[in-house]
Amino acid sequence: MAELHVALEVNGEHREVDVEPRTLLVSMLREDLELTGTHVGCDTSQCGACTVHVDGHAVKSCTMLAVQADGSSVTTIEGMGQPGSLHPIQQAFWDKHGLQCGFCTPGMIMAAADLVAHNADPTDAEIRHAIAGNICRCTGYHNIVAAVREAASVLRDGAPAATA
Amino acid sequence: MTADVLGKPVKRVEDPRFITGNGRYLDDIKLPAMTHMAILRSPYAHANIRSIDTSAAKAAPGVVAVFTGADIPYNPLPMAWPAGGASGIQNNINMPRVLATDSVKWTGEGVAAVVAETAAQAIDALDLINVDWEPLPAVVDTEKALEDGAPQLHENAPNNRVFDWQVGDKAGTDAAFADAEVVVSQRLVNHRLIPNPMEVRGDIGWYNPGTGEYTIWMSSQTPHIQRLLLAAFVMGVPEQKIRCISPDVGGAFGSKIFCYADMALVLFASKANGGRPVKWVEGRRESYGSTTHGRDHVTYVDVAATRDGEVKGLRVRTIANLGGRLSTIGPGVPTTLYGRILSGPYKIPAVHCLVTGVYTNTTFVDAYRGAGRPEATYVVERAMDLLADELGIDPVDVRRRNFLPPDSFPYDNPSGLLTAVNGSKIYVDSGNYEPAMDKALAMVGYADMAANKAEAKTRGKLLGVGLSTYIEVCGVAPSKWIGAVGEGWGAAMWESSNIKVHLTGKVVVTMGTQPQGQGHETTYAQIISHELGIPMDDIVVQHSDTQGTPFGYGSYGSRTSNVGTGAALKAAAKIREKARRYAAHMLEASPDDIEVDGAEYRVKGSPDKKKTIQEIAFALDLAFDTPEGMEPYLDETAYHDTPNCTFPFGTHIAVVEVDEETGNVELVRYVAVDDVGKKINPMIVDGQLHGGIAQGIGQALWEEAVYSDDGQLLSGSLLDYAMPRAAWLPNFELDETVTPSPVNALGVKGVGEAGCIASTAAVANAVNDALSPLGIRHLDMPFTAQKVWGAIEGAKGGQA
Repeated sequence: MAELHVALEVNGEHREVDVEPRTLLVSMLREDLELTGTHVGCDTSQCGACTVHVDGHAVKSCTMLAVQADGSSVTTIEGMGQPGSLHPIQQAFWDKHGLQCGFCTPGMIMAAADLVAHNADPTDAEIRHAIAGNICRCTGYHNIVAAVREAASVLRDGAPAATA
Repeated sequence: MTADVLGKPVKRVEDPRFITGNGRYLDDIKLPAMTHMAILRSPYAHANIRSIDTSAAKAAPGVVAVFTGADIPYNPLPMAWPAGGASGIQNNINMPRVLATDSVKWTGEGVAAVVAETAAQAIDALDLINVDWEPLPAVVDTEKALEDGAPQLHENAPNNRVFDWQVGDKAGTDAAFADAEVVVSQRLVNHRLIPNPMEVRGDIGWYNPGTGEYTIWMSSQTPHIQRLLLAAFVMGVPEQKIRCISPDVGGAFGSKIFCYADMALVLFASKANGGRPVKWVEGRRESYGSTTHGRDHVTYVDVAATRDGEVKGLRVRTIANLGGRLSTIGPGVPTTLYGRILSGPYKIPAVHCLVTGVYTNTTFVDAYRGAGRPEATYVVERAMDLLADELGIDPVDVRRRNFLPPDSFPYDNPSGLLTAVNGSKIYVDSGNYEPAMDKALAMVGYADMAANKAEAKTRGKLLGVGLSTYIEVCGVAPSKWIGAVGEGWGAAMWESSNIKVHLTGKVVVTMGTQPQGQGHETTYAQIISHELGIPMDDIVVQHSDTQGTPFGYGSYGSRTSNVGTGAALKAAAKIREKARRYAAHMLEASPDDIEVDGAEYRVKGSPDKKKTIQEIAFALDLAFDTPEGMEPYLDETAYHDTPNCTFPFGTHIAVVEVDEETGNVELVRYVAVDDVGKKINPMIVDGQLHGGIAQGIGQALWEEAVYSDDGQLLSGSLLDYAMPRAAWLPNFELDETVTPSPVNALGVKGVGEAGCIASTAAVANAVNDALSPLGIRHLDMPFTAQKVWGAIEGAKGGQA
């Protein structure tokens, strides 16, 4: 199969890859760019484990072909922050025990980041709605909601809200 | 002085890698020269294989090899836990082969495999394999499988019967019913579920032609057991020639306990291809046929009671669907793990349970979070509510009347784990049920529920409240039980731990248990820090690799906190003792005169004469002057066999609102008071409860594996199988009582399954309570809007 050339920005770096036309964005990120923090949990675009940001918006990267990302700016979990320089959402997931096995976590963090970027003070219901496309089997979502609530508070006010 | 971290909500040491994309799950691993495997799976639920033509697939681009069952010299997968264990009960066993040879018994059974340069090429080539099928009639229904004239799956299993297993006192139970003032009976369906860990299963097999050694990376809860099973039972390879590694495991919930065909297949394929590694990762839809399902019981329950609600007898007849062939411990789950706790927290003098296992043309069924205990809890908790309904007594009062009093323990339950080896018994270790229930009732405002129902009615909503007062059995398994004739598999089930205090004072702990998200690297480090007085930051906990960790049975059945920590505690005690003896040597004192306080080893009466454990390790690890009989290095291994199981308990209360117009069920509140004994890390305990609660709610409200009559899985993808979503659940309201377990030194019990053991019954009781004003006595799960609407319309005499 003839390959197509894709040039894009990933986590602030310029990257160029030749891919089969059928290659999904998630496959290119994982297999070609070896950014394995973005996970694949299903084959029907239901689980959200592959959520990344494309041009600032949360996208399930299994719903996009790699070639569609040509010219885009993509952020994956690796680009959100690393130990020592965690994004407040990553920090809040750690502080609030918002993860157990960790498999859904990168996608969940990316979905949550999209929410708080557009809604600085989300209600619990808004948080639950925003992450309804991301399935977690471990946490029952309780602590994920708490983590997103705290992260929004930190991003908004620079400090965690007092616990209710 | 190192701060004591035991019992504290310490943040998890695992998390920095998971929140930054630095976890390493199976599919994240790439090896040099790695190839990819795809498996052709049966499109039929029941068919004979007349022939398989792989020639076109072998010629396809990128294809390295194509295999069918005829190519594989291995044995079928092993059966580790027949019903009744080694008692000699007839079990008509049919195990999967690595690839099916003559026939297939469910949609998704593997029949051929393609190995190719890329995963896409392997999948593409599957379409070029031509199987000449002879389709056969199929049976998928749990009860219909036993009927005369049903399609037959296996020659050695007439009427598709796998076994008949019974427990309890039949004569005593019959007598209780003969004398009963009231008898309540109900058919209960505990429907089939799909475990759905977010990471599917997969393996990478690598055969090294230079050494003759096989290495397999597997997403598994049990790497040590898999090495044993693959070596001794499936492949016929010496055990020391196989190494099993579980990398980060993205959830499991029981489904990754078992020995799967693909494990042997990737190793076979790697050897056949001259040692090129072979990776196989199941797709989500594929996983529904290649990884086990859970539950799937049909039960007839009868309760004998007095008119004032005292239960005198419990009779249970269950048919358990085990699928087309058996999974590793499939028969053990609906028997020992189910029948033996049917009486729950209640003092029921006579219990009898008969379980029949059946084959159907469905995916094999095995342990799924709770494994038998949610099914048992569902039976007894629905039975309590049905009895309350029959007698016009509040479900709370029926429970209160029948609870075992707190002075009952240790308690021999009547269907219970009484099997004795040399006279020793397994007993319910502890309990104090009313305080937990009272606390939950206060939290939910139970006294206000009548008013709340009236208020909801004005909004067109039927409010229901449901209790589940559960007990759990954790910590499989005391060897005297699991090794007992008539019960287990005739083998021990201890756990293991090795602790090394290296000469820099840093500690490496290796465990035989295997986490899948539970945070073992944190909780074991908390325990070892507490025991040795060494900061957590100086301790690393390692697991998951048969090379470098002591043999262990893995993590499932909420066993790690009872059994695994016991091993860690013993190893730490051995470390302390050896350090004490070497401190005496260093301080020129008698070992009896050395007192230990955290990390400090002091001479009694001379507090200035002391050494820290770090100083002792440095000296002992380099020692050239050890006392007579003492070996160098602060390095100890321990094995721990728990003397008994532990029995968490609690009360969960669900409040639901059913929309009378649409049948939609909304879970509006969820209150849980759990007693899991003492806690190593309360934050992690709460997280386990949250997740378990959500899974059990999922069963009650949404999740169901549905087959068509001809055996096609209609809920065959995540589009069709309804996993709980964040927007469908409320925040959970948790509290505790603390009754330490007397079984282990920490007083812990285990918490991995408690949430899901309790919650399904609580929600089911709540929905049935909501519907009871319409005259609906019992509705089976899951309570989808369509089903509930139909029941409401039916009750109102409308056209459902």
